[in-house]
Amino acid sequence: MAAITLDNIVKTYGEKDQKVLAVDQASFAVEEGEMFGLIGPDGAGKTTIFRILTTLLLPDSGTASVAGYDTAADYTQIRNCVGYMPGRFSLYQDLTVEENLKFFATIFNTTIEENYHLIKDIYVQIEPFKDRRAGKLSGGMKQKLALCCALIHKPTVLFLDEPTTGVDVVSRVEFWDMLKRLKAQGITILVSTPYMDEAVLCDRIALIQSGKILSVDTPANTVKKYPTKLYAAKASDMHQLLKDIRSYPGVASCFTFGESLHFTFRQDDAQNIAGLKATLDSGNYLDLVINEIQPNIEDYFIQISEPVHA
Amino acid sequence: MRTLKFLLQKEFKQIFRSKSIIFSIVFAPIIQLILMPLAANYEVKNIYVAFVDHDHSSYSQKLINRVYSSIYFKAAPYSASYDDAMHLIEQNKADIIVEIPQGFEDNLVRESHDKLYLAVNAINGTKAGVGSGYLGSIIRDFNQDIQLQWKQPGHFAEAQTIDVVTNNWYNPYMSYFLFMVPGLMVSLLTGIGAFSASLNIVREKEIGTIEQINVTPIRKYHFLLGKLIPYWCLGMIVFTIGMLVSRLIYGIVPVGSIPLLYGFLAVYLLTLLGAGLLISTYSDTQQQAVSVAFFFVLIFNFISGIFTPIDSMPEWAKVLAYISPISHFAQVMRMVVLKGSGWSDVLPHLGAVFALGVVLNTWAVLNYRKTT
Repeated sequence: MAAITLDNIVKTYGEKDQKVLAVDQASFAVEEGEMFGLIGPDGAGKTTIFRILTTLLLPDSGTASVAGYDTAADYTQIRNCVGYMPGRFSLYQDLTVEENLKFFATIFNTTIEENYHLIKDIYVQIEPFKDRRAGKLSGGMKQKLALCCALIHKPTVLFLDEPTTGVDVVSRVEFWDMLKRLKAQGITILVSTPYMDEAVLCDRIALIQSGKILSVDTPANTVKKYPTKLYAAKASDMHQLLKDIRSYPGVASCFTFGESLHFTFRQDDAQNIAGLKATLDSGNYLDLVINEIQPNIEDYFIQISEPVHA
Repeated sequence: MRTLKFLLQKEFKQIFRSKSIIFSIVFAPIIQLILMPLAANYEVKNIYVAFVDHDHSSYSQKLINRVYSSIYFKAAPYSASYDDAMHLIEQNKADIIVEIPQGFEDNLVRESHDKLYLAVNAINGTKAGVGSGYLGSIIRDFNQDIQLQWKQPGHFAEAQTIDVVTNNWYNPYMSYFLFMVPGLMVSLLTGIGAFSASLNIVREKEIGTIEQINVTPIRKYHFLLGKLIPYWCLGMIVFTIGMLVSRLIYGIVPVGSIPLLYGFLAVYLLTLLGAGLLISTYSDTQQQAVSVAFFFVLIFNFISGIFTPIDSMPEWAKVLAYISPISHFAQVMRMVVLKGSGWSDVLPHLGAVFALGVVLNTWAVLNYRKTT
């Protein structure tokens, strides 16, 4: 049985005249014990999907279920068995670390001791600060505390809305290690992130943009679906290079990607790449390097979402 | 019940950690109760009277002395003509002009009557009204004295024989504080009560903590009770502090029963907090909540009868005053503190406040949504 299912969920915000479509017929399913990533840029509708699944928001149409319960009809059962960590830190800043944890344990009718094994790995890191007010913690610490509070009642499904946004690189890596350990305990995890590099850490990912689910697959399969060959080019004058490549007739797309340019051709044939190389060589590039590369999730994401930008 | 216990624990912890709440609950009422009755005093003193004496007789002198010897009046600079005196009023150096006509003494002695002219600066209506009233009674006294002096022994009947003596019940010395302090306590308590609970809930909305609460199995009435009970207790504490201040500083001891006051207060706070909760369910930010609460508190304070009598208001205001819990509480406070009214006298007010409380609280619970 799937731990989470979404079936044709539609949600719009705003009044009659200026409606904003936040989620557009989204459907996907998350298996039990799976770590599922919802990957998309800001404003794609990730948080709206989280709020619908955690029973905070009612969809305009479509149905969704969490742990076998319908989000609209059985919301009380869902609230008992899910953990939710909103994107914004939302614990009581004027209560201490320990008081926050105790409070969330007691309102779920449990105690810290009862489920300590679940949070032990995480809690030991913030335990030295247990008498500090939550508002006075660093960003990474806050995230750890929020995760502890979301876990303290032993949820079967865990919702993490952009848990690593605004957290430093080291803490991000640590955080994903923790999620892996939680997954090993059989907790289903739905996590959203705007960072593509975190996507590969999930079992399966759904790419979302402008409220639409673009693809649902494993990270490896997702990049395999990349339709053409992908090339990377690098030179000292990147700006001129971008203009030259884009103006070459056979090129389908060209984007700046880190310190190099990623581009594709309309047709994969040797003629195109040779022709481009010849054209570029006639320009005055001192250290031009072009090679074929393996596409990553970000490439795929740009590729499938390109029509939206055009 | 267990959930409620932990919610209350958390709420009280937060309240006692916030310095601003302790200030607004303990110190603000004391300071306000000490300052406000002194400032909002309707007793009029220091009225400057300018005499324009065209007679320069011993009678006119007697009248002037009598007026100036009163504690309410002070002498404005001497002026020789009415126009001079009018300048004093324009410069705000005089409040009332009394013009004594030529032949004042002669006419009084011979004809037994004469006319005085009074001109009052009515920019400050209260000062003008009260001032001319005081002055009028002094002149009447003066007149009576002269009449008695000049009447022939055989004409006693012509002297004024009906002497009206007023007896001020429940406040024999017309103490302004005795009347105003209980009213101001109501006004203070209302301000604190209407704002505190609604601000607290909206703050949880602003910070986002309500999001985390809403995905838990907490029931909404648990959540609302968790907000209502702490502020209900704080209201009781503020009232107790207010009672102590009015006893120690103004020497006001309620004539009626103190348990009755607390009983009424218990219901009143419930209604007031219900209004606060209702506002909070409609507002998303603290600013919105404050604006709305301020609007209602201000209006209902003015028509509550604390500052001006309800009986002299227009009909529509009377209807509003009847609905408003503030006016009921203000009346009950004065009834019990000054007059010593008992349970049966208070019952209609209690009923009205209770009914409104039920309406407001039910409305708030129904309108509070864990889901948007």
